[in-house]
Amino acid sequence: MSNKRTFSYTVPYILWLVLFVVAPVVLLIVQSFGNIYGHFTLDNYATYFSSGTYLRMTFNSVFFAFIVTVITLLISYPMAYIMSRLKNAQFWLLLVILPTWVNLLLKAYAFIGLFSKTGTVNNFLSFIGIGPHQIMFTDTSFMIVAAYIEIPFMIMPIFNSLVELDRSLINAARDLGATPWQTLTKVIIPMSMSGVKAGIQAVFIPTLSLFMITRLIGGNRVITLGTAIEEHFLVTQNWGMGSTIGVILIIAMAATMFFTRDRKKKGGRRRG
Amino acid sequence: MAQPIIEFKHVAKQYDDTVVLKSVDLEIEAGKFYTLLGPSGSGKTTILRLIAGFLEASSGDILFEGERINDVPAEKRRVNTVFQNYALFPNMNVFENVAFGMSIKGKPKNEIKAKVAEMLELVKLGGYEDREISELSGGQQQRVAIARALANDPEVLLLDEPLSALDYKLRKDMQYELREIQKRLGITFIFVTHDQEEALAMSDWIFVTNEGEIVQNGTPVDIYDEPINHFVADFIGESNIVPGVMREDYLVSFAGKEFENVDGGMRPNEQVEVVLRPEDLDLVAEEDGKLVVTIDDQSFRGDYYEITAHDDDQNEWQVQATNPAVIGERRGLYFDPEDIHIMRLNESEEDFDARLEQYDDSEEDEEGADEQ
Repeated sequence: MSNKRTFSYTVPYILWLVLFVVAPVVLLIVQSFGNIYGHFTLDNYATYFSSGTYLRMTFNSVFFAFIVTVITLLISYPMAYIMSRLKNAQFWLLLVILPTWVNLLLKAYAFIGLFSKTGTVNNFLSFIGIGPHQIMFTDTSFMIVAAYIEIPFMIMPIFNSLVELDRSLINAARDLGATPWQTLTKVIIPMSMSGVKAGIQAVFIPTLSLFMITRLIGGNRVITLGTAIEEHFLVTQNWGMGSTIGVILIIAMAATMFFTRDRKKKGGRRRG
Repeated sequence: MAQPIIEFKHVAKQYDDTVVLKSVDLEIEAGKFYTLLGPSGSGKTTILRLIAGFLEASSGDILFEGERINDVPAEKRRVNTVFQNYALFPNMNVFENVAFGMSIKGKPKNEIKAKVAEMLELVKLGGYEDREISELSGGQQQRVAIARALANDPEVLLLDEPLSALDYKLRKDMQYELREIQKRLGITFIFVTHDQEEALAMSDWIFVTNEGEIVQNGTPVDIYDEPINHFVADFIGESNIVPGVMREDYLVSFAGKEFENVDGGMRPNEQVEVVLRPEDLDLVAEEDGKLVVTIDDQSFRGDYYEITAHDDDQNEWQVQATNPAVIGERRGLYFDPEDIHIMRLNESEEDFDARLEQYDDSEEDEEGADEQ
């Protein structure tokens, strides 16, 4: 009876997983072994690994995602730290979360308004006499916008791990002779690593597959794996190749999860 | 008198409109075991945090060996704290925790290693260096916290209700051990607790706090035998407190009768409170008692019976007796004159001390006069 009931509760979850997780992944893998006529082939993988273009694109993708992650981390950690010390921490967190409710496209268009030849930024640069410059369609503009979009996803987990940090541990460190800086490096940062790792996962992986921003802001000068997948599925209609890159992307995600997982240290204790 | 190691001069602490500490004065001498005893919210932990440097005083001076330390940051003060929740670093093992203070100061590795071993030996955790904190029991974590604080050679060790999370037996053991460690190292301990039994058992000197003030300070025996007011009498130990009138020196009236006692220095016919400790009361035959009571209830406490009774004026009496009583029975209540303790209403600690001193003197004078 109780077993039956438990089972009936889990049905919706299982259905969900099968329909929206397992089936798409299986389809993706199957298609990655098919050519444009639907025949089985390993060509897609062969092309991927032998073509300089694809490898360079992968490298670019990873490289940009890496830079964007580093930028967001450098901005987010101090910000989360300061926010966690403020009186109305939850209010400030809300302000950080708020922009994530706005549609990504709208934010991208807002940046076009800011960065274009006649945009606000260039107006200002002209006004102080050092403009206008080409800002749109550059690597820099792509990274600025990508970092802007990802920052809330980095701040939230770091903020949570800092808020959960027991205040008496900080007192204990000071009590034992640690300066505020030593307390930060030896206690606070090591103990908020779980938040940092979660933040890296939440930023690095989506940035790998960003494609809207690359088009609108990067002007197709920055081609990431995400852009390539979109191109193959929508433009060249080579679903096989698109799926192959999709599989590569999944592997990259798995690798990121693996490297940022909670590691168990000697003695079977969870670190961080 | 030697210079006190820590001194508070009119130290107050308030948050916005809430006053947590009202003008506290205290002196701590080196090498003794002090206890700050009071109910939660009485300001005892605030005093400890002010000494440690986690809080800043709103007004007043905090002196360490005669130097004002109000503006000295926590890491520069020569005091260390054992926290209530231990506050061990969960990302470090036992060795790293105990070595934390020394490695911050950049002490040489072999020195650190020897000191950690010595400290763990002191708290009876020799050989536990490589254990993770999560592998330790609450009592062991407690010991690591003590070792970590002592490893910095503090002049004063602050202990913030360190035993409150331990079970009864372990708490008893740790009380002895802490006392032992304090005597061995000869450094000053300031211990915060709300457990009066713990305070009486461990301390050289007790500060009783209530509502942001120190209401009484003295040796455990002084405080137990001569509580200054209703609050202290009630908070420390079990007490029977009944209203009375001081007829003249050494004669008090309560429960409808007059009794000889040993207190004096009050106005004639002054309203007072009379304290009698349950363990000082004896149940005797009805005709032998100074008061006659009817037994209401009793409960067995292992080493004694806790008996509740009421007298003919409906005052309630608690009595600790080794023999059981019969409920509903009328019995006599016997006590000696020196068992009666008198508390004046709203007497300040200064007046209280002065009166005790004065009437002690006059007692001696009288004795002297008798001899002549």
